[in-house]
Amino acid sequence: MADTGLLEALLRLLEKVDGGIDSQDVAADLGVDHQLIVGAVKSLQALGEVISAEQKSSKRWELTGEGREIAEQGSHEARVFNAIPDEGLPQNELMVETIEDTVRDKLQLVQKGLSAKLEDKEKNELKKRKLLSEVTVKSYWITKGSSFSTTITKQETELTPEMIASGSWKEKKFKPYNFEAMGVAADCGHLHPLMKVRTQFRQIFLEMGFTEMPTNNFIESSFWNFDSLFQPQQHPARDQHDTFFISDPALAHEFPQDYLERVKQVHSEGGYGSQGYKYDWKIEEAQKNLLRTHTTAVSARMLYKLAQQKFTPVKYFSIDRVFRNETLDATHLAEFHQIEGVVADYGLTLGNLMGILHQFFTKLGITKLRFKPAYNPYTEPSMEVFSYHEGLKKWVEVGNSGVFRPEMLLPMGLPEGVSVIAWGLSLERPTMIKYGINNIRELVGHKVNLQMVYDSPICRLDS
Amino acid sequence: MPTVSVKRDLLFEALGQKYTDEEFDELCFEFGLELDEITSEKEILIREQGGEKAEGASDVVLYKIDVPANRYDLLCLEGLVRGLQVFKEKLEAPRYKRVSPADGGEPQRLVITEETASVRPHAVAAVLRNITFTQERYESFIELQEKLHQNICRKRTLVAIGTHDLDTISGPFTYTAKPPGEIRFKPLSQSREYTAAELMSLYKTDSHLRHYLHIIENEPLYPIIYDSNGIVLSMPPIINGDHSKISLNTKNIFIECTATDLTKVNRFTLIITVCLFVCFNTFFILFRVEEAEVVYPDGRLSVYPELAYRTETLSGDFINKRVGINESAESIAQLLTRMCLRSEVSGEGDLIQVEIPPTRADVIHACDIMEDAAIAYGFNNIVRSTPRTYTVANQLPVNKLTELLRQDLTAAGFTEALTFALCSEEDIADKLRKNITETRAVHISNPKTADFQVARTSLLPGLLKTIAANRKMPLPLKLFEISDVVLKDETKDVGARNNRRLCAVYYNKSPGFEVIHGLLDRVMQLLDVKPGRNQGYHIQAAEDSTFFPGRCAEIFSCGKSIGHLGVLHPDVISRFELTMPCSAIDIDIEPFL
Repeated sequence: MADTGLLEALLRLLEKVDGGIDSQDVAADLGVDHQLIVGAVKSLQALGEVISAEQKSSKRWELTGEGREIAEQGSHEARVFNAIPDEGLPQNELMVETIEDTVRDKLQLVQKGLSAKLEDKEKNELKKRKLLSEVTVKSYWITKGSSFSTTITKQETELTPEMIASGSWKEKKFKPYNFEAMGVAADCGHLHPLMKVRTQFRQIFLEMGFTEMPTNNFIESSFWNFDSLFQPQQHPARDQHDTFFISDPALAHEFPQDYLERVKQVHSEGGYGSQGYKYDWKIEEAQKNLLRTHTTAVSARMLYKLAQQKFTPVKYFSIDRVFRNETLDATHLAEFHQIEGVVADYGLTLGNLMGILHQFFTKLGITKLRFKPAYNPYTEPSMEVFSYHEGLKKWVEVGNSGVFRPEMLLPMGLPEGVSVIAWGLSLERPTMIKYGINNIRELVGHKVNLQMVYDSPICRLDS
Repeated sequence: MPTVSVKRDLLFEALGQKYTDEEFDELCFEFGLELDEITSEKEILIREQGGEKAEGASDVVLYKIDVPANRYDLLCLEGLVRGLQVFKEKLEAPRYKRVSPADGGEPQRLVITEETASVRPHAVAAVLRNITFTQERYESFIELQEKLHQNICRKRTLVAIGTHDLDTISGPFTYTAKPPGEIRFKPLSQSREYTAAELMSLYKTDSHLRHYLHIIENEPLYPIIYDSNGIVLSMPPIINGDHSKISLNTKNIFIECTATDLTKVNRFTLIITVCLFVCFNTFFILFRVEEAEVVYPDGRLSVYPELAYRTETLSGDFINKRVGINESAESIAQLLTRMCLRSEVSGEGDLIQVEIPPTRADVIHACDIMEDAAIAYGFNNIVRSTPRTYTVANQLPVNKLTELLRQDLTAAGFTEALTFALCSEEDIADKLRKNITETRAVHISNPKTADFQVARTSLLPGLLKTIAANRKMPLPLKLFEISDVVLKDETKDVGARNNRRLCAVYYNKSPGFEVIHGLLDRVMQLLDVKPGRNQGYHIQAAEDSTFFPGRCAEIFSCGKSIGHLGVLHPDVISRFELTMPCSAIDIDIEPFL
């Protein structure tokens, strides 16, 4: 804060004028540097409505160092002339007898603040000679504020317990806050954005009455990951190039034996109304352990378990990690989260699957859906789900769905009339779209940018 | 999903109709295809090799169409066109016929010798007559063969197809196996003869063929097919002989397919292969294939190809109930016929008789027929309805606990990390100063890089790597993760189980043991476990190689060890490329379920 004396001197000056006053003039009047007056104006502004000040800028001509020298001592030419002794040199007798030092005169005019008396042409010529320069001066036009007073009350920065106790706050003036500044960052932890989206999907399934499946088993046997789903043993997904196999523990050692026999039969010979795949099904292939390639392996376990009891309709969901031995790029990692929903009941139709998908996607804020026939070894019919993307102005794939094949369900022991409909999508893709992330590595894994985690907003999928 | 690349104008000409890109895309969508890309040879070259190489390349518009993996019958322009024309009721589904040689002559014969038993015991054959190739059709023919090799033949590991100009060779043909040194012939596109052994080394550097060498490379005998004059037709599954190669002028084609598994050859591949090749006769309205005989080492004789049509009977009610529509049996029969499954109402109730052609090996159950009816009806014409299934939702207890704890850990000032479940052996062993054998880690047999050698046995390496990647962030860094690690466990059917763990780290200029200890106290408070020796929790000094000596404690809850906390060993800190002291806690949360 500028010193109170200066502030009050400024206020007294202002009191005397009718309209306003320029800070430059105040500086001249009070005989202080203009910068001090600027400081005083700012201090007064901080007091509230004592004054109001409007910044303005004006141009002014000022002497350069050389110009000042000339104004004081005369132009170089004049100084040469004056330096010549009276006895002189032969040449000066020839040239001039008296001189008029117009440069000095002009510069002195500028020095006195009377630059207006010079023509622009003259000023520019002096500028070219580096004797004058044009400078921009910022000053304030000061007028009286609504609570103008010539005395200064010291302002308090903050309310204190003492002020509350004594009641002194009533007499105090408080320094205004700068509401333009950012607050202090909250001292807290942050949830990871992918997990925030996961929580929302979980919430949606729970709202729709779906029970969570126990997907906490990353290691799965080929039997549950493929064979139980009626995926033949020579299917390319079972290739080393697509699936991570396990060397230790390499083999699963326990299967429901009679169910395994039925799976073997439906693959190799058919049955349950199916021709089967007619190949030599091998237990050795089914025993191979792997990192599950989809959570549908868990759905198979759950449906088998369901079939061992008296049938009751179920709705299941899971959101968990799956693993693919794939080539990695900006949108594909070796592990990602699969979202899966499964409904088992008597007489479910393809129309029911579309209806439930419509409800599910509506909760994600997606209402325009259409379905494309697709192929999947364990669902028939199979449908890819497309939604209309308003931004891209085109249909984009948002998930996969289908009705589980009878060759998968009947060997488990589920009743004939029971249909099981299911759908799946990845968690990463909607999250990347939601949070505007282009490279999956910035979202998942240790290369994540923690600032992004700190800054990510809450997740409401339907808005 | 296989992609078929077709010239747009040829496609439209064959379809007898022009479409806009949008209209054609729409047609594909309804039929279950996907118009993946609209491009040209020139555009592809520019993208892959730069503008200069593309100079003078064709800019004829190409459609790249994704075909579902089960529809081998749509893998070429001719197959696609037929499928779409029948779908649009502009054509009738073709009926394929096997015929005897026209002049009453003997069928072509392929004799299999017993030497093949050890390497590739199965073969079948067929003959196509009176083919007329144009340049486009020839290209389509070659491409189709390649597509079949890549897809249904599983890169030739299951089946290899050889096609030959029948007029350049003479039967009967012999399929045998010989030591590589004794096989000698001029292979396709080469100018001289090679022995089989020479060929294998020649093709080591061939960008295309080297992928198939492994199929027979280590066998003592290689499979080989000769004609009656000792001319080599092919050395399956690697290469054909140059002598019998197909050209634009080829009229008659001999097809041989060999495989290690007869069921596979017979049922899926040969039949489809032959039928698809027969498509080339589409333009001559023949759909005919001439039979060929195969004689087995035991003297048995079979006639191929087996163009087996099969009839399935199902009810209109079944389809209506499964799809969720209400159509008459007649209209369902019509829908199926549009999908190349000729169907008619049997007159008995609402029963429909459906004929499954040999090209549709994917139709193995009534549900496959039901799907085709739904596709022809139009998935998007089906009324969407909500099932009445009444259920009560339950959360998985371990996930419910995890969700609740995550919230409160952030409230305690820690930020959630999300790290990979797979990592390198080094991450969970050397870098943590542990021996890999004591980790109980599950090992992956076929990792492409060291990042996927094991499933993690601890969440700590992931958190430390997250800090290393975020060293520019202001200190302190306080991170946590609640997620699964994987441990070997003999009591489980697969020999391993997941374990839900809570791990947190504090990284700052001072170790902050008290911060991590405070977090333990808070977690226990949240879990409603009081400090105490018996029913409560306590910590006691312990030695653990990951931690700094004297700065590690084991955590016990209700008398059971649940994990550790402490200041990390300086070697651990530097091995994760960190520079500041760091303390950590790692506990099993499953005892609190």
